[in-house]
Amino acid sequence: MGRRIAYGFLILSVTPILVGYSWLVIATFSFRTEGLLPRNAEGGIGGFTLSNWSFVTDAAIWNAMLNSFLIAVTMVIGVGVASTAGGYALSRFKFAGRKAFLTGTLVLHAFKAEMLLIAIFFVLRWLGGIPVIGSFIGFNSVGGVALVMIALELPLGIWLMKGFFDNLPWDMERAALIDGASRFRVWWQIMLPQVRPGLAALSLFTFIAGWNAYLVPFTFTIGTKVANMPVFLSQLISDTAPTNWNLVAAVGMFQMIPLIIFFIFTQELLLNIYAGGSKGT
Amino acid sequence: MRVELDSLSKAWDGVVGADNITLDIADGDLVAFLGPSGCGKTTTLLMVAGIYKPTGGTISFDGRVVNEVAPKDRGIGMVFQSYALYPHMTVFGNISYPLRLKKLDKEEIRRRVGQVADMMGIGDLLDRRIAQLSGGQQQRVSLGRALVKEPQLLLFDEPLSNLDARLRLAMRGEIKRLQNELGITSIYVTHDQIEAMTMADRIAVMSKGVLQAYDVPEALYDQPKTLFVAGFVGNPPMNFFDVEITSTNGDFHAKSEALDLLLPHDRAVKAAASAKGKVIMGVRPEDVFLVDDAAPPAADLTLTAEIEVVEPLGREDLLGVSVGDAHMRVLVKKSQGASVGDMVGFVFDLSKVQFFDPETEQSLLWA
Ligand SMILES: Nc1ncnc2c1ncn2[C@@H]1O[C@H](COP(=O)(O)OP(=O)(O)OP(=O)(O)O)[C@@H](O)[C@H]1O
Ligand SMILES: [Mg+2]
Repeated sequence: MGRRIAYGFLILSVTPILVGYSWLVIATFSFRTEGLLPRNAEGGIGGFTLSNWSFVTDAAIWNAMLNSFLIAVTMVIGVGVASTAGGYALSRFKFAGRKAFLTGTLVLHAFKAEMLLIAIFFVLRWLGGIPVIGSFIGFNSVGGVALVMIALELPLGIWLMKGFFDNLPWDMERAALIDGASRFRVWWQIMLPQVRPGLAALSLFTFIAGWNAYLVPFTFTIGTKVANMPVFLSQLISDTAPTNWNLVAAVGMFQMIPLIIFFIFTQELLLNIYAGGSKGT
Repeated sequence: MRVELDSLSKAWDGVVGADNITLDIADGDLVAFLGPSGCGKTTTLLMVAGIYKPTGGTISFDGRVVNEVAPKDRGIGMVFQSYALYPHMTVFGNISYPLRLKKLDKEEIRRRVGQVADMMGIGDLLDRRIAQLSGGQQQRVSLGRALVKEPQLLLFDEPLSNLDARLRLAMRGEIKRLQNELGITSIYVTHDQIEAMTMADRIAVMSKGVLQAYDVPEALYDQPKTLFVAGFVGNPPMNFFDVEITSTNGDFHAKSEALDLLLPHDRAVKAAASAKGKVIMGVRPEDVFLVDDAAPPAADLTLTAEIEVVEPLGREDLLGVSVGDAHMRVLVKKSQGASVGDMVGFVFDLSKVQFFDPETEQSLLWA
């Protein structure tokens, strides 16, 4: 009985989501929809079409996909390296300003990206002025977008990794120091493998954040050259001409496909991460 | 390797970990650091290892001051209570780690790891992951990892306290045997005095960061220099009584409201000479006996008191006895049939009695 109630509740609560996704899938293959029902030009049921997907032959969308991918991967690498290094240092070393730094990052995390957009714009403009590397990390560049996104993710990342390192016993790294490892090697060979589940979780969050990033890329890019998928999608929704919602649905679907494939293949791993913790010691 | 600690101290803004520790460890000796929790054993050991920087004093190996030498260059191996194995490596990976860092060639590494693993009886576990080992096996791996680099000094930090009693007993003997055979100078931290007494050539007793005594086990037991050492070494612990030493006609008596005992001359003289009358008298539980009714000793050698508790220990019974305000523990043979509430007579082996100054807590017998 209790089971039934539980299932009933679960089914009820996921229904809106299921309906939403069902519409998304149906819409991408339809001429027009009415509710969940696909309609053809005459108003009858039917009207199956692949025309909404014709954009896959358009180079612009592949460019957007590539940009999305580059932003997300750069973020995963940047956030991963800085968070594990910073988290380890904050967890293990005493240094002047440690407390202030820790509280500072927390406070920074409370600032929404929207509040910082104007200031970041000036920073990016200035970065863009640096010779040679400027065009990779300045305004209207994939690197610039990634840099800003990394900065916004770091407070969370550093705190998360610091938490994981805090939970590791000191004895293991003492043993490694006595065994002949340098500080750097202890971090790299002994400590990092212990926080792998945490790093995997952080990488996943970061990748999704980067893949779906909209506000920052929208603000700091112009035109389609460095637009990522969400920005590309938004450009389809026009204020002046009628929007083809079935096309928008198809592009949205297209944006989700890599994530879905990724989730299917890493499901088990992800469950392990959330179930928590490294085995052993 | 000879190890000398000279006025070694460690403090963290206000918290004292180790205070002015001075001791010498002879080459090949096993020295136990013994003391209650938080007394600074691990702190001292980690300074010897080079993990903690001393805030004062020096550490010398074979006469060379090593304060500034990195842990990896000190020629030490260490075994931790938590084993501190690397869980993401196999047994082979763990034991070979120090050798791989030294960049020895593959054959040499395999040979030495195999040799150590066989010595530790874990030769068939080399491919296992750490999580697949029992606690006892993990401790063997940990010991193997410490031994494989052929260290000049072995450091143990309560290596057996996570093992069950039977395994602890077996490992105790094994570590001692290994240490003896290999002749490696060792420091062995423990709060288990039986471990210290059975394994160590000398024991350093610590309390609150201070070295209380440093001596061979028998001397600590029979000639404790401080009240702390007398109370800490020995299980069940020594009984203490606040008494007054009186002398009449050359006979010395220890008197309190509850007891009046004739003391042996040699010890009583020393106790009476240096104290202002009041002293703390110490008697071990195994030096008190039930009076044999068939042949009762002289009245001024016995004490009559009530039995409060009887704890059967298997071979013996441990009696809890009330003596005035004080309590006394007495070890008696099983067969003597003492039971709770009995008023019985006790006789003391006063040739082993100890005396301490109540203020300085120093022994009045062993300066
Ligand atoms: N890193 C540290 N920072 C501050 N205080 C410390 C630190 N390490 C140890 N202490 C303090 O120093 C004292 C001695 O600690 P230590 O770990 O040496 O005790 P121990 O004798 O090994 O005890 P146990 O038997 O519980 O392991 C304790 O009061 C402890 O709180
Ligand atoms: Mg300790």
